[in-house]
Amino acid sequence: MMAPAMSANQITLLYLVASICFILALKGLSSPTSARRGNAFGIAGMAIAVLTTLAVIAKGRIDWVLLAMVIGGTIGAFVARRVQMTQMPELVAAMHSLVGMAAVLIAIAAVNNPSSFGVPDPLPTGNKLELFIGTFVGAITFSGSVIAFGKLAGLGKQFRLFSSAPVVFPGQHMVNLLLALVMIGFGAAFFLAADKAWGAFAIMAAIAFVLGVLIIIPIGGADMPVVISMLNSYSGWAAAGIGFSLNNSLLIVAGSLVGSSGAILSYIMCKAMNRSFISVILGGFGAAEGTAAAGAGDKTVRSGSAEDAAFMMANAESVIIVPGYGLAVARAQHAVAEMTEKLIAKGVNVRYAIHPVAGRMPGHMNVLLAEAEVPYEEVFEMDDINGEFGTTDVVLVLGANDVVNPLAYEKGSAIYGMPVLDVHKARTVLVNKRSMASGYAGLDNPLFYMDKTMMVFGDAKKVVEEIVKAID
Amino acid sequence: MSGTVDPTVLNLVVFVLAVFVGYHVIWNVTPALHTPLMSVTNAISSVVMVGAILAAGPNDPDFGSILGVIAVGLAAVNVAGGFLVTQRMLEMFKKKQPKAKGGK
Repeated sequence: MMAPAMSANQITLLYLVASICFILALKGLSSPTSARRGNAFGIAGMAIAVLTTLAVIAKGRIDWVLLAMVIGGTIGAFVARRVQMTQMPELVAAMHSLVGMAAVLIAIAAVNNPSSFGVPDPLPTGNKLELFIGTFVGAITFSGSVIAFGKLAGLGKQFRLFSSAPVVFPGQHMVNLLLALVMIGFGAAFFLAADKAWGAFAIMAAIAFVLGVLIIIPIGGADMPVVISMLNSYSGWAAAGIGFSLNNSLLIVAGSLVGSSGAILSYIMCKAMNRSFISVILGGFGAAEGTAAAGAGDKTVRSGSAEDAAFMMANAESVIIVPGYGLAVARAQHAVAEMTEKLIAKGVNVRYAIHPVAGRMPGHMNVLLAEAEVPYEEVFEMDDINGEFGTTDVVLVLGANDVVNPLAYEKGSAIYGMPVLDVHKARTVLVNKRSMASGYAGLDNPLFYMDKTMMVFGDAKKVVEEIVKAID
Repeated sequence: MSGTVDPTVLNLVVFVLAVFVGYHVIWNVTPALHTPLMSVTNAISSVVMVGAILAAGPNDPDFGSILGVIAVGLAAVNVAGGFLVTQRMLEMFKKKQPKAKGGK
């Protein structure tokens, strides 16, 4: 038996090794070539952490634990294998909710029997405070992620709270604030009480679950990349909170890494949308979806066929493809990859330009293109390619709108200051859209009315497939 | 100067250093891999499983250890799912290189 042989010091040192593995896992993601080794470090770190802990309870109910691990692991492996890349945002949201729920369950167990964690019983006030924080962050992560999952999976028709349009009601922010204060009140009652204040703890947790729902429902579909990143961050802070209350450095390190990762991603997403974090949280954005396009009636657009588009691209020297969420919805990524191959075979220089918020979560579009076997050397981030549009013959915009809107350069427009791809500087612009409806920002896009722009209406996948056929 | 350092203070030291390390490491992650970053951080935060295992450990099962077992199951879904889906995505980013070279 390992258990008697392992001292608290040895356990802590093994946890340190696991923590370093986690840091190396994240460090590996700095480039696609080192990323897989990074993931291997992550797995190693987790294995060390779990095996060490199993050794600690080796004389206890290890059979239950192993059974739960096998069942959970099998479900996880099955889902990981089956999930479509377009469904990644939903999967990630679902996984955040599990972390949140696990944190809450552990917190309850810690209140119930602190000695099983090696924490003094009754719990010191400091640990109780941390437990309170871990619990409410975990609870908010859980219910918020469930709502985010519903919104992303498009379950709005089945259940109104899952609507991708913001769900708002008068006095919403006051209600949230009030609930938060009441929750903190009960939390204080919990950690100041001498014994186990189950009542206060339960009410505090219940309010946190409700708050998670209320915080996410007013946030519209366009802001989902921020929401997922934010919940990612919360799930990390919940883990760190639990780590504090159990005096477990591994949980604190892992939780802090995840928490800061999510926070940084939220920041990057907000910046790319030119929105402040506060205004995203307060929500209500995207309520006016598709209403402002009416004013476009008097302007004319030039539209053409897929064959025209194919001809222009095949005869160009350089082409930049700008994929947006419309491409993912139409599942056109494989057709686009095929088109690119044909163009490259004809000697055309083809590159992709990715806006940070293209897709529904950070980096989503890159994964979709990678799935379609587009070499990542052909895929460029906005800052790296924005200077190249001026010398590009043809730009093909597929299902993107706000991220290529030149209004972002006009003072006074609703999206003024948002970083956009400078598509309008190219010699010819081809835009594929299903209709003239406006984007999430509800704004008209002057790019569509420029003389050098040709609209190709239709489903992205169909249009691209027709282009592929027409290139010969 | 006397006495030992409170565990909470030590926790705070670890926490602040870890946030600092996280901040610097995460800014170095290439934007192309932000989705795998989210799925792998998901798996990593499931290290709360350590807490769940401890909760489930005691020999005479009570209410808390049942919750612990459930939490182990939930975290296990994430650990397996998170690492495997990350692996799957990263494989996609790998495959292209030989193919691109072959095609050119």
